[in-house]
Amino acid sequence: MVMLFADILKTAFTRRPRWAETIEQTYKIGWQSQPVVLITGAFTGMVFAVQTLLQFHKVKMDTAVGPVVSIAMVRELAPVLTALMVAGRVGAAIAAELGTMKVTEQLDALRAMGTAPVDYLAVPRFVALVVALPLLTAEAMAFGIYCGYLVAVHLKGVDAAYFVSNMFKFTGAQDVISGLVKSTCFGMFIASISCYKGFNAGEGAEGVGRATTQAVVVSSLTVLVSNYFIAELFNAIIPA
Amino acid sequence: MIQIHGLRKSFDSLEVLRGVDLEIPDRETVVVIGRSGCGKSVLLKHLCGLLKPDAGSVVVDDVDIVPMPEDALAPVRRKFGFLFQGAALFDSMTLFDNVAFPLREERKLSEDEVTKRVEEVLGVVDLLKAKDKKPAELSGGMRKRAGLARAFVMLPKYLLYDEPTTGLDPVRGDTINNLILRLRDRYQVTSVAVTHDMASAYKIADRIAMLHDGRIHAVGTPQEIQANPDPIVQQFIRGVADPVQEVHSGTAAVH
Repeated sequence: MVMLFADILKTAFTRRPRWAETIEQTYKIGWQSQPVVLITGAFTGMVFAVQTLLQFHKVKMDTAVGPVVSIAMVRELAPVLTALMVAGRVGAAIAAELGTMKVTEQLDALRAMGTAPVDYLAVPRFVALVVALPLLTAEAMAFGIYCGYLVAVHLKGVDAAYFVSNMFKFTGAQDVISGLVKSTCFGMFIASISCYKGFNAGEGAEGVGRATTQAVVVSSLTVLVSNYFIAELFNAIIPA
Repeated sequence: MIQIHGLRKSFDSLEVLRGVDLEIPDRETVVVIGRSGCGKSVLLKHLCGLLKPDAGSVVVDDVDIVPMPEDALAPVRRKFGFLFQGAALFDSMTLFDNVAFPLREERKLSEDEVTKRVEEVLGVVDLLKAKDKKPAELSGGMRKRAGLARAFVMLPKYLLYDEPTTGLDPVRGDTINNLILRLRDRYQVTSVAVTHDMASAYKIADRIAMLHDGRIHAVGTPQEIQANPDPIVQQFIRGVADPVQEVHSGTAAVH
């Protein structure tokens, strides 16, 4: 898998860009993932506002809901949940497509025509995920915070001015950057793992099914585990 | 010319090729026959470097391609056209785009020239009317012909056919055989086909090589193979499950 990652990076910087394939993949991976990511972000922000408010109300800190929701969304919830949703939706699709191409000899056909599967298939998907995942994450952040605001202010009666001012007071650019850097890393992981599982799928429908499952499971676990280490690394470089 | 010397290949503990030696002279059609699972397709994939052998050499136009890294193999592979057993057309593309793919990858022709060339090739395989269809909309025979069109659209020096008639009815199979002969006569290509369809082998082969037990067991013209007294060759070309039983039943019938 590490070899494939290195091969993708080397190919991405040394071969001519495949704009048509990259744009097509960015559309499929990014644009078409928006509904699922926006719904995830919106309801996560809403439920987080409700649960936080329930606890903070007991100690008369209702206006702290704004910064708590925003910090949680930009630093952790939006990057991780978006990556998990994309791993499920896109990672599975990549592994299934490449796995099917392998078992039907389409990968061999590409190689037989002198085209490297990494160049034609893996690099456009990798670039698309690295570009699209931070954008999707930014959308999830914004939607989550906005929906948390709607719930806290319009349904639960928190003062709008305090919600917003406290949110901006405690949420800095470094928090947003931290979330976006994480999602860029997650994009690299999901693309590399899914392409690897697809390229190395076993024979037949069972092999493709297993590759698809493994792509989702390994991508999701990698996102969750690496999230901790990236967070620690980021906190050490730029303390909050 | 392709020269294969001492080719050995194992998958885990299964030794498929155990020292294959074979020469394929220019402009000759060599058909490799053998029982299912004997390693015919594995042998074919070694010829253009799709598989790396455990030992031995594959010399294409005086260059041993075995030690070459994957990147360096691309120019060698462009000398080859490969018809895969299931045609291996790209699902996401139309028939036209499938056939145009190698031309567009090479980036030497304008889009107008690509269109002209692809339509000419699709005309040869009688698929011009189906050019906007996806592979899933094509019958098995049409897919084979489309795969053949993609294999020779670059006018390669070598054409490799993996079971070109398998899964087709006899009429469709014969259509493919005629196309293979037409390509040989028209473009002077060197061809290697693997098959267990003896009617096809007799029709298209200049020479037939039988792969058995991981080695080339017999080589000769179709007539020489038919006249070969070797029981393994005779059993295969006559399609007899148990040659001993057939001899006995034949003797009983005479009496």
